[in-house]
Amino acid sequence: MRRLPTIAALLAILVATAGLWPLAAQNQNQQPELEIVIGGDGNSPPHYAVPDFVAASPEAAEIAAAMSQVLWDDLAFEREFDLIPRDVYKTIPAARSADQVPFSSWREVGADAVFFCTVQKSGDKVVVQARLFNVRTRQQVFSKEYTGTASNPRLYAHTIADEVHLQQRALRGVARTKLTFVSDRNKERLLGPIDNREVKEIYVSDYDGANQRRITTTRQLNINPSWSPDGKAVAYSSYRNLTPQIFVSLIYQGVLENPTKSTTVSNMMPVFSPDGTRIAFVTNRDGNTEIYVMNRDGSNVRRLTNHPAYESTPTWSPNGTQIAFTSDRTGKAQIYIMNAADGSNVRRLTVSESEADRATWSPAPFNEIAYAGRTSSNGFDIKVHDLATSTVKQITFGEGSNESPAYSPNGKHLAFTSTRAGGTQVFTIGRDGRGIKQLTRSGNNQTPAWSQ
Amino acid sequence: MVCSRGLGVALAIMCLMAAPACSRRNKPVATPQPAPTVTEPPVVQGPPPAPPRTQRVDDQQPAALSEDSVSDRSLDELNRNSPLRPAFFLLDSSDLDDAGRSVVTGNVDVLKKNPQWVVTIEGHCDERGTAEYNLALGERRASAVKTYMVSLGIAPDRLRTVSYGKEFPFDQAHNEDAWGKNRRAHFVITAK
Repeated sequence: MRRLPTIAALLAILVATAGLWPLAAQNQNQQPELEIVIGGDGNSPPHYAVPDFVAASPEAAEIAAAMSQVLWDDLAFEREFDLIPRDVYKTIPAARSADQVPFSSWREVGADAVFFCTVQKSGDKVVVQARLFNVRTRQQVFSKEYTGTASNPRLYAHTIADEVHLQQRALRGVARTKLTFVSDRNKERLLGPIDNREVKEIYVSDYDGANQRRITTTRQLNINPSWSPDGKAVAYSSYRNLTPQIFVSLIYQGVLENPTKSTTVSNMMPVFSPDGTRIAFVTNRDGNTEIYVMNRDGSNVRRLTNHPAYESTPTWSPNGTQIAFTSDRTGKAQIYIMNAADGSNVRRLTVSESEADRATWSPAPFNEIAYAGRTSSNGFDIKVHDLATSTVKQITFGEGSNESPAYSPNGKHLAFTSTRAGGTQVFTIGRDGRGIKQLTRSGNNQTPAWSQ
Repeated sequence: MVCSRGLGVALAIMCLMAAPACSRRNKPVATPQPAPTVTEPPVVQGPPPAPPRTQRVDDQQPAALSEDSVSDRSLDELNRNSPLRPAFFLLDSSDLDDAGRSVVTGNVDVLKKNPQWVVTIEGHCDERGTAEYNLALGERRASAVKTYMVSLGIAPDRLRTVSYGKEFPFDQAHNEDAWGKNRRAHFVITAK
C-alpha cells in the first residue's frame, strides 16, 4: 500500500507510542501539537540533506562514508523528497553532537530536513544512531539506534531510509527489498554434449543491484525465478533432470524443495500466490502448454486453462482471486485474465498490441498490469495497462528490446530487461517512465522478479 | 541436462526422492540469523534529544546450493559427431517445410538402424520473441518433429521433447543469418 489511510492516524500512533499523547491531551491549550512530518515550500517536496555519518572512531570511517551515500541514494530512489546533492554541503562542518547541528548553515543551502547520524564500530560490532531534524523548527522528528554486525553496512542505511519513508510519507520503501534474476556471467559451459552452451544460474541482489550473489551452482539451465511472499524462498525452473522442473530454494537455509518431478514433461514458470500457499505454473503434461496451480509442496494439482493454443506466463492479482496470463489463441501472443479458482471468466486484456507477453500485476493501490508489447519486428517495449480506465501507458521507447517487467512491492517501480546497453541487462525504472537505472553489467541477465 | 543414460536418470531420481539427504550435503555458506527486533521510534521535541532506542540490524546472506550433475562421456562423444542433423523453421512457425521434412526423414533412417537409441528433440527459437513466448514456441517445434517422426514409424517412447526457447542460440549474432540457424530442432542421443 502506498499511502496509509491518514497520516494523522499514523502520527497519533507514533505519538501515543512515545508516551507523549496523554501529555498533549492534557495540555492541549498550552502545548502545540508536535509536527512530525517535515514539509517543503508550498507544494514542493521537502529538501533533504544527508551529511556524512560521523565516525566515532577511525575504524568506523569507511563504513560511515558508505552508509551516508547509500542513505542518500535510497531516499533519492523513491523521489518523495528532493535530495540536495551531497557536494553542495560538504563544506558545512560535521556536528559533534546532536545538540550542535548548525541549523542556520543548513537553512542557507535550502535544506528543510537534515540527518545527524553516528557510527561506532568495535571489531565486528556496529552501532548506528540516526536522527532527522526539521531545519526550520530545529526539532528532532526521528531518532533511532541500530546495532548489528559489520558484514553489510548498507543494510543500516537501507533500514533508516525505509523507516523515514514510512514515518514521513506513509510509504513502504523498497530499500530492503531484493531482486532475483538469471545470469550467464560465469561463462561456464553446460555439462553434456553441446560445446557452445553457457550455464545460466539464478542470482539475487539488493534492490539497487548491490550484493549480487548466485544461489544455484548446477552448471545447468535455470530460468524464470520468482520470490515467495515472505522473501525467504526463490522458485525457479531448472533443466537439471532433462526437462524443466520446478524447484523452491530456501535461500537462507540452504534447503532445496522440488514440488514437480518428471523427466518427460515440462513444469516451469512458477509464481507464488500472494498468500504463499500455492504456486501457479506452466506444464505440457496434458499435451500442450497450459496453466496449472498446485500447493507449494506439489500436492493438489489443478488445471486452470484448457485450450489447443498455448497458455503460459501466469501472474496473480494482489488479492489472489485472478490470474493474468499469455495465450496465442488468436494467432499471436496476447494477455488474458481468468479467475484463479477454476480458470473461468476468461477475458482478453490487450486488444491493441500486435503481440504481448509477461504480464505482471501491480500491487495495490495501483490497479494495473505491466507487460512487454511488440513495438518493432525485433523488439518490445514495457507498457502499463490501467485496469480501471483501460488506458495504456508506454514506459520505454525503443531503446533496445525491453522485456520481462516486474513491479516493486510498493508499485512505484518496475524492474525489466533491456538490450540497450550491450547484452541483456536488468534495469529499474519509475512507473512514470522516469529514473532508469542499470543494475547488471556482467554477462547477460534476464527475467527479474522483485521481492515483497 | 542434455545427456544422461538410464543409470544417470535413476540416480537423479533417487537423489530427488532423498531430497533431505541431498540438501544436507549442501551446507549453506552463511548461517541464518534471527529476524531484526523492531523498537518503536521515540519522538522527542527539541534538543537536547533523548538517546535513541535500539534495534538490531541483522544481515542474512543467501546460500548457494550445489547439485551433482550426471554426464555420460561416451554419449557426449557420440553427440559431438552426431549423425542426426538439425531441422530449421521459418519465423514464428512450428511447421516443418520440405527441407525440414527431408532432414527429419534422414534422422528417422538413422534411428531405424540404431533401434536402441533414445533421442531428445530440443526446440529452439531466435531472439526476436520474448523469452517466455519462445519457451512455448520451442515446445511446439519439438512436438511437431516428434509427431512427424512417429508418423514415419518411430516408437513414441524413443522420442522425448524439451524446449529451450531462446536460451541457447546456435549463433550468437543478431542478424537474419544467425536467426535462421537458431530456429531449429536439435537432436540429442540420450540413451544407446
